[in-house]
Amino acid sequence: MTEEELSEAIAGATGPLRILGGGTRPIGRPVDGALLSTAALSGIVDYEPGALTLVAKAGTPVAEIETALAAEGQRLPFEPMDHRGLLGTQGTPTIGGIVAANVSGPRRIQVGACRDFLLGVRFVDGRGRVLKNGGRVMKNVTGYDLVKLMAGSRGTLGVLSEVSLKVLPRPAETATLRFTGLNEESAIKAVTAALGSPFEVTGAAHMQGATLLRLEGFGESVRYRARALQDLLASFGKAEVLPDEIETWQALRDVAPYHSRTGDVWLYSVTPTEAPALAGQLRGHGALDVIFDWGGGRLWVLAPEGQDMRQTNLRGHATLIRASKETRRRLPVFQPEPVPIQKISQDLRAKFDPRGILNPGLMEHIP
Amino acid sequence: MDMPAPDARIMALKPALVARLREVLPHDAVIEDEAETRAYECDALTAYRCPPLAAVLPSSTQEVSDVLRICHEMGVPVVPRGSGTSLAGGALPTADSVILGVSRMTDVLETDYENRFIRLQTGRTNLSVSGAVEEEDFFYAPDPSSQLACAIAGNIAMNSGGAHCLKYGVTTNNLLGVTMVMMDGEVVEIGGAHLDAAGYDLLGLICGSEGQLGVVTEATLRILRKPEGARPVLMGYDSNEVAGQVVSDIIKAGVLPVAIEFMDRPCIRATEDFAHAGYPDCEALLIVEVEGSDAEIDEQLDVILQIARKHNPVELRESGSAEESAKIWLGRKSAFGAMGQINDYMCLDGTIPVSQLPYVLRRIGEMSREYGLGVGNVFHAGDGNMHPLILFDANKPGDLELCEAFGADILRLCVEVGGCLTGEHGVGIEKRDLMVSQFAPDDLDIQMAVKDVFDPKWLLNPAKVFPLAASATRRAA
Ligand SMILES: Cc1cc2nc3c(=O)[nH]c(=O)nc-3n(C[C@H](O)[C@H](O)[C@H](O)COP(=O)(O)OP(=O)(O)OC[C@H]3O[C@@H](n4cnc5c(N)ncnc54)[C@H](O)[C@@H]3O)c2cc1C
Repeated sequence: MTEEELSEAIAGATGPLRILGGGTRPIGRPVDGALLSTAALSGIVDYEPGALTLVAKAGTPVAEIETALAAEGQRLPFEPMDHRGLLGTQGTPTIGGIVAANVSGPRRIQVGACRDFLLGVRFVDGRGRVLKNGGRVMKNVTGYDLVKLMAGSRGTLGVLSEVSLKVLPRPAETATLRFTGLNEESAIKAVTAALGSPFEVTGAAHMQGATLLRLEGFGESVRYRARALQDLLASFGKAEVLPDEIETWQALRDVAPYHSRTGDVWLYSVTPTEAPALAGQLRGHGALDVIFDWGGGRLWVLAPEGQDMRQTNLRGHATLIRASKETRRRLPVFQPEPVPIQKISQDLRAKFDPRGILNPGLMEHIP
Repeated sequence: MDMPAPDARIMALKPALVARLREVLPHDAVIEDEAETRAYECDALTAYRCPPLAAVLPSSTQEVSDVLRICHEMGVPVVPRGSGTSLAGGALPTADSVILGVSRMTDVLETDYENRFIRLQTGRTNLSVSGAVEEEDFFYAPDPSSQLACAIAGNIAMNSGGAHCLKYGVTTNNLLGVTMVMMDGEVVEIGGAHLDAAGYDLLGLICGSEGQLGVVTEATLRILRKPEGARPVLMGYDSNEVAGQVVSDIIKAGVLPVAIEFMDRPCIRATEDFAHAGYPDCEALLIVEVEGSDAEIDEQLDVILQIARKHNPVELRESGSAEESAKIWLGRKSAFGAMGQINDYMCLDGTIPVSQLPYVLRRIGEMSREYGLGVGNVFHAGDGNMHPLILFDANKPGDLELCEAFGADILRLCVEVGGCLTGEHGVGIEKRDLMVSQFAPDDLDIQMAVKDVFDPKWLLNPAKVFPLAASATRRAA
């Protein structure tokens, strides 16, 4: 498929379109429509390791990109999650899908989210127009930043055809500090102290009784910071220092502890110090388990199926990541927006997709 | 640079407008006297000036909302203003517009070290944000050279960067939330102290929208703990090509310096005459700075120095003390001032892919000879954000126009090699008419459609960013 063919397919569409990359992330209100896949729009267009930039067509498999980056000792810094285990999906995750859902993992607290690494997009809007914004350079304030707007818009404003990303070097070494036996409140206190230190923690989580802090960089630096953090956090007990723990961080990234457990999965974004109390409140409402990432700023909540776990008066937001189609029709998947913001979102959709054919309703709640 | 002719209907409204504004603001917050409105006639793009119809200096979000509601009802354009340091004419008024300055809104509203954010009114200057959290050894990362004067309001509107953004990112990467007043007076909250937006990334859209979508009155910013230390090295090379290669090799080696700054010969000479920083007489000079504890700095510098040596530097100077570090930075920090001693200058801001550096510098040199105007280059090399400073004589008829034509050629060259017109200063009026070289008509149309959503009557800073011809029907509607 070419970008022109994508454009023709959208311009010629006579009804709603359900837009897929690899189809591994069915998040949102279920959409009824003809399938439009970008998987055939595939391939790395340009990669300049010395400039830390990579351009790829939207349907390019993430694995292909990661292999190319690894060959140059680089990586996607925002550590995108693979949703297949959690959502029980098959298929090949694409870079366009990651961008469309703004998927970021544990390293987000240190380096930023997917949207922070997105330098440019090409996309086709609801009228079939091929549009571009941003570019392939690291600093660019030319015109409005539609690049950010497209990140996380989940195919409701346009269908991505090409993305350009900033990448970063892989670190020489990784180490993980692990505390065991801290309760949630102490765990969040410990990771908060670590994140408020100058020691550049690139992962801070509390999962299944283990409190984890990740350090990455050159060897001496990693060892120095590990010692410094042990000292700083001595009052929380003695942390073990483990080399790597790649699997542990991957398990956190992909929320592995919930893969084989039934129940809906909710994702909260809050201020970290509010997290322990929120977790308690959610348990009071039946939550089965809580995993804390982003230093407590992100909560993965396992909950009974079909139950509305969204708390009111929340400073932050909640998204229903895993649930049956019926539940995703009945409950708002995304945080309901205040009226003026809702109006802006609707008006933007009407400009980008006047016929309302791109993933209609996916990000809305239609009671 | 043309600006739309003032609308006679609006000019005639002045007495009625001022009376209504005085109903909602204290007397001294409404400025209408012609001698006083002159203080708002330009920003740092001083070649263009025009006093506004009136200027208002509200003290709260509510007052901003009241002002906008009145201007909206009366159909009067509003130009938001922070500290007026825009180099692109972003805060330039038209004679029929009201300047809305946020300079009285400087309060810190909340500081939270555990959750690592600060919430404040946007009239606060960039440097005083770091100042407010310094006692706890925290700082706000984006650090434009104008940080003593420029306001967070302008930083958000322009998505400003700084010397350290290679590591810490620019404003948009450090902005968590805003309170914004829409042109019709409605107050909206976007984002907050948590990470990442629910729904569309409106925060990302507003950041860098040059005061055209709403007036940002409060902001939540990410603050960070200060690194334990920082140390620069200075390297001199015989050619721009080699210096460019060094930059690329450092990046590829897996070191992430906080800054990689580049100066070319004309700029080195000018700063030497002016600041006597003791820079070597060479073709290209790099300043590379890394952060961390002493041991971490040594480790990173080992890698960097090895690369530097491999390329036969004419000079390689490590800093051994705070004074030596300051000396290394002295010339770079006085570069703009030094060029200003020679003549008037225009500062460009295009970004290019790093690999194109040697080619673009060579072409700029050739064009400089063709135009007969001097140019010095000083810029953030790690991210390809160039700052060619073109020298001209404002008192010499035709020189400004010549300089603008030269500047436009350089920016078109940046776009041609895969870059963009502006990396951190914004479009304003300065690059407005060059937008067509980077964007196709549809690309501009969809951006203008976004403004239609936020400001359907096109009253907020309407004559900026988009080529006047492209926005004409929307502005007239
Ligand atoms: C010597 C010098 C060095 C500089 N160095 C740098 C640098 O290193 N990096 C860099 O990025 N820039 C730099 N700049 C450019 C300038 O300082 C930045 O663009 C800065 O962010 C402007 O801030 P300000 O408060 O002065 O904004 P203003 O000039 O007052 O306004 C800038 C824009 O913001 C809009 N605006 C202002 N307030 C609001 C508001 N409340 N809501 C919505 N929109 C608003 C205005 O309408 C205008 O479009 C430099 C400028 C100078 C003069």
